[in-house]
Amino acid sequence: MEIPLSYYLVLSGILFTCGVLGFLIKRNIITIFMSIELMLNGVNLSFVAYAAHWHALSGQVFVFFVMVVAAAESAVGLAIIIAVYRTRETLNVDQVNLLKL
Amino acid sequence: MTPNPYLWLVPILPLAGAAINGFLGRRSSKTAITAIALVFCGASFLLALVLAAGFRSASAPYYFDLAHWIRSGTFQVDFSFYLDQLSLVMLLVVTGVGFLIHIYSIGYMWEDDGFYRFMAYLNLFMFFMLTLVLAKNYLVMFIGWEGVGLASYLLVGFWFTKNSAASAGKKAFLVNRIGDFGFLIALFLMIKHFGSLDFAHVFAAVRTLPAETAGAGLLTAIGLLLMVGAAGKSAQIPLYVWLPDAMEGPTPVSALIHAATMVTAGVYMVSRSSAIFERAPMAMTVVATIGTLTAFFAATIGIAQTDIKKVLAYSTVSQLGYMFIACGVGAFSAGIFHLMTHAFFKGLLFLAAGSVIHGVGGEQDMRKMGGLRQSMPWTFATMAIATLAITGIPPLAGFWSKDEILWQAYGASWIYWLIGVITAFITSFYMFRLMYMTFGGDYRGASPQPAHAPDAHAHDDHGHGHGGPHESPWVMLGPLVVLAFLSLVGGFVGYGNRFEHFLAPVFQQGAAMVEETSSDSGKGTETLLMGVSISVAALGWLLAYLLYSRRPQLPARIAASLGGLYQAVVHKYYIDELYAVLFVKPLIDGSTAILWHGVDQGVIDATVNNTATAAREVSDQARHMQSGNLRSYAGWVAAGGAVVIAYMVWMGVTH
Repeated sequence: MEIPLSYYLVLSGILFTCGVLGFLIKRNIITIFMSIELMLNGVNLSFVAYAAHWHALSGQVFVFFVMVVAAAESAVGLAIIIAVYRTRETLNVDQVNLLKL
Repeated sequence: MTPNPYLWLVPILPLAGAAINGFLGRRSSKTAITAIALVFCGASFLLALVLAAGFRSASAPYYFDLAHWIRSGTFQVDFSFYLDQLSLVMLLVVTGVGFLIHIYSIGYMWEDDGFYRFMAYLNLFMFFMLTLVLAKNYLVMFIGWEGVGLASYLLVGFWFTKNSAASAGKKAFLVNRIGDFGFLIALFLMIKHFGSLDFAHVFAAVRTLPAETAGAGLLTAIGLLLMVGAAGKSAQIPLYVWLPDAMEGPTPVSALIHAATMVTAGVYMVSRSSAIFERAPMAMTVVATIGTLTAFFAATIGIAQTDIKKVLAYSTVSQLGYMFIACGVGAFSAGIFHLMTHAFFKGLLFLAAGSVIHGVGGEQDMRKMGGLRQSMPWTFATMAIATLAITGIPPLAGFWSKDEILWQAYGASWIYWLIGVITAFITSFYMFRLMYMTFGGDYRGASPQPAHAPDAHAHDDHGHGHGGPHESPWVMLGPLVVLAFLSLVGGFVGYGNRFEHFLAPVFQQGAAMVEETSSDSGKGTETLLMGVSISVAALGWLLAYLLYSRRPQLPARIAASLGGLYQAVVHKYYIDELYAVLFVKPLIDGSTAILWHGVDQGVIDATVNNTATAAREVSDQARHMQSGNLRSYAGWVAAGGAVVIAYMVWMGVTH
């Protein structure tokens, strides 16, 4: 039997909401980073679900793009995190406030 | 109409003098200031004499268009000057008397710190006054009209550190503003109905209209509004209150502006507009009535004044009333004749009074003078001539002009004549009262003060040391002698109606009316009336002699027995107090309550302030959103997104 589209979408929404909440609540920069990835993947899931539902390929193509960009972003982001940790000795975003007034 | 390219130089020269003295005078020596002021004013006088010498009635009027001013469709106003018989008389009076008073002022004001300022203002006044009399249209006349008001304000408030002088200047300016308002509306009516302000155009258009004998119409309205303006400038009821206060100014100013020239501008303006008034009998009646009432009313106030300049001020108001009687009965040339002789003898009276004030060290109260005949013989002699002239003793100047007015008034209505004669009696009384109090008896002033008394600036003087009454220097006596000569012989200009015939081209219809009345009444009546006016003048003299020379204690007893009436006269019939209650206080209270607290603070300030307060309060709340906390921003973004999605889910997505 086929899983209805709405299941995928609800799961996608839950994933995205988890990502948003994690982004808002967590202070550890790596957790925040993972929350962003969670949001991206929540969206990816809805893309894939729609693509399967409508039998259209464009959704799949979007997902590949998102994954590629997310991979690149993770590479840059992790590099920045390492650099920040080396200079600041912390991963708490509230203490990385040099640019604040 | 003959063009005359020199016309514009007459007013411009004093303006140049005023500019030089005003801008550079502070650092110049007094001699240089004197030279500048006298040269430019004198040049103007000489030019006026040259113009008079070259004046031919056949080629009059002369005119000169200096520059374009307003060109709006068919409505055109230019900076144009105009010289006819009427403006020639005014021109000679203004420049001649003005020049004499300039000379006098040098002596009078020499010690004053503001000497350069004073001379600059005097020259400025000459410029505006000459603009007024030489104007070719009402708007240029209005420039002069407002300008002399400005000069008057500056000079009345010349000693501006003295509170009374500063408020007198303001009072003069504000009361005049009421009159100017009427004048201005008259100008608007002319623009609307005649499409021009040029004298020639307006009068030509007026002459095509019928006389408004049946009912009041446009011309009556214009005439009455012009009279409002004239009443303000020439100190007539109900706007005369500023002139007595204007005596706070230095005495040469009182002589020049508030006796000889500026205050006669109203008479000049009414005479100039004779074409309008002749066709508005109701306006004429109003002019004559105002003139009669003012003449009588002011003369009665003059009886009880003790300040020498206040007596002369009320006398001026009264004499201006005579001129308006003349205008009101259509005898414009008689009014101008009296204007001229009045300029001589009243200018002289003020200058002589200034000389007295100068001589007794700034005292203006006649009760503290007396016996000055011995110490100031020249001042006494010249002032006596002026007094005889103003009271109408033949053959001095005032006799001819005043008698002419009374004769013409008799032709119009015996009431004008009767009140005029009674006023002549009162005039004679208060003038000789002034003479006896000032020059007769013994000196009642304080004993000689030490030189350079500390309070030497307290009154109308110039801080010079003072040791008992003394005669003034020759620079002051010279103008007195010249004016005394003019007061003696000035009346003969009008001998055999020559003055009237000279002005006849300006007052065409008025002259015709005059001839008519002359032929109507016999020569015998004229002689009889003349006899009456001479005898009332003599009676007034006699009464003053009895009361103030023979029995000096009698006036006080009479005053005591009159009680309330005397108090009313001393307090000028409480007119100032009445105006204060009727107009000034309601205006101030209304302005305070409605305009200041209501409109200014309640609406304008409140709008601005409340806008600012509201903006601050809203931003006080709004700035909490912008905390700099990145996560809260993200929260807002998420909340916003959630709201949008909720909205779309709720409303459904439509194509």
